[in-house]
Amino acid sequence: MTTSTSTPSSTPAAAAPVTSAAGTGTAGTAGRPAAIELAGVSRWYGNVVAVNDVSMALNAGVTGLLGPNGAGKTTLLHMMAGFLPPSRGAVTVDGEPTWRNPGVYRKLGLVSEREAVHGFLTAYEFVLASARLHGLPDPAAAARRAIELVEMTPAQDRRIGTYSKGMRQRTRVAAALVHDPTVLLLDEPFNGMDPRQRMHMMTLLHSLGDAGRTILFSSHILEEVEQVSGTVQVMVAGRLAASGDFRSIRRLMTNRPHVFAVQSSDDRALAVALLRHDSVTGVDLPKGGGITVRAGDYGSFTRALPRIALTEGIRVHRLLPSDESLESVFSYLVEA
Amino acid sequence: MNSTVMWITARGLFGRRRFLLLLPLPVLVIALAVLCRWLGVAPGNWAQPVLIALGLAVVLPVVALIVGTGVLGSEIDDGTIVHVLSKPLPRWQIVLPKLVVAFGVTTLTVAVPLYVAGVLAESVRLGLALAAASAAGALAYSALFVALSLVTRRPVLLGLVYVLIWEGLLGNIVSGTQVLSVQQYVVTFADRMAATTLFDGQVSVTVSVIMTAVIAVLFTLLAIDRLRSFSVAGETS
Repeated sequence: MTTSTSTPSSTPAAAAPVTSAAGTGTAGTAGRPAAIELAGVSRWYGNVVAVNDVSMALNAGVTGLLGPNGAGKTTLLHMMAGFLPPSRGAVTVDGEPTWRNPGVYRKLGLVSEREAVHGFLTAYEFVLASARLHGLPDPAAAARRAIELVEMTPAQDRRIGTYSKGMRQRTRVAAALVHDPTVLLLDEPFNGMDPRQRMHMMTLLHSLGDAGRTILFSSHILEEVEQVSGTVQVMVAGRLAASGDFRSIRRLMTNRPHVFAVQSSDDRALAVALLRHDSVTGVDLPKGGGITVRAGDYGSFTRALPRIALTEGIRVHRLLPSDESLESVFSYLVEA
Repeated sequence: MNSTVMWITARGLFGRRRFLLLLPLPVLVIALAVLCRWLGVAPGNWAQPVLIALGLAVVLPVVALIVGTGVLGSEIDDGTIVHVLSKPLPRWQIVLPKLVVAFGVTTLTVAVPLYVAGVLAESVRLGLALAAASAAGALAYSALFVALSLVTRRPVLLGLVYVLIWEGLLGNIVSGTQVLSVQQYVVTFADRMAATTLFDGQVSVTVSVIMTAVIAVLFTLLAIDRLRSFSVAGETS
């Protein structure tokens, strides 16, 4: 599997994404166009830039599209799925443009984030309709196979309106898989699934990826991506912030400096004592009281703090990690 | 013609509660006609208000609006349109079946009560003329309202403005607007086919035929073109 990114110098605002060792190579293999290729893709709505100069090429295997809410993942997926024209740049699937090109859906399957299903149909009717709309030679067999794949056979004759969120999601996946597409795009596919269904969906995506299909799924949950995919594309504020092997990116994320807000019985004395410790890289004394500590290593700082406080005879009233939001983790990647 | 798209469209249309809105208006037309006949009111006194002012000017466009915006607009609203659009179908294969369903359902819903009311008012010929005229009107209205679902996010509101303000109000005050009024073409068709003295068409038959065809074709082509460029808004917030 090859994954590559590049950020053309034409957009100075776009920081170069972090690219791990796994994320090298060019589009496609041996001159063949990549399964999904984005070249300098931007999308804006008026003054709002939703996607900013993103380039990537994806081939067979499972890739996670990771990023906080509002990072532009759905916009990117919509452009890949032909439901949104890029304001600039080109989006192709197997070398074909996706916008205004319905023929591309022969090789593309899509599970959108919006939970829109015809509730008045049964799962079988719904998937069968998809098979017919694809013009498959044996739509009934294709529908049964796809439903079997997502383990929905026992409930296939019930109306979709009566399903749980996870069952509806699996039905939509079955409909997207009914024509055996080479590229499958899934927007937040694990939303609303219970742990067992998640596990099953993860296994399914793995096996589809191993079978040579290009699977791209979006998520804002780090752990989801970690379990399914070895390769990630990280979006932050519309830009591609990191790309490549998940483990190297994860390491980068955990090794970043952490910021804590501490309140104690003697802030100034605690600040002096903390500065002597190796794990602390800086201390601020903000006006409103308390101290802000920057620590290089999360674990050793949180272990050292009680010990230091005890030695100095200082009572710690409050310790709050102040940058633990996913956004800050992703933002760090942009600065890295 | 894609039968699966037709099947999904019809299931969607009849599966929504909005469909029940179709029932009271046609029932009202028949009920009023039966009542007038039963009370012995002269057809000259009730044919115009019941057949034209209610039947062709209100029931036909309102039913066409509910159905026309229902076959595509509702799917756009709830996002289910994505399932049909993410298939390798030329967009005309999506628009035409939906148009056929809209036309068929509107015609059935409007032509039957108007036929009954026409027979009660004068003759079978009047009934058939009203039914045929409402079918022609259903064709133009359906194309108009299906296209409207794709050019605006408020097709029902815009459709009502056209029917109530343009056709209903301006059509009676400014005679020039009648040339662009489907309602006037339908009245002309009914008048010409029935050869009745109960009401008169205000627009020539030639204009009515040409304009009905132009509206039907033009708005169908517009709908196909707009569906080709149909975009789904991304989350940017």
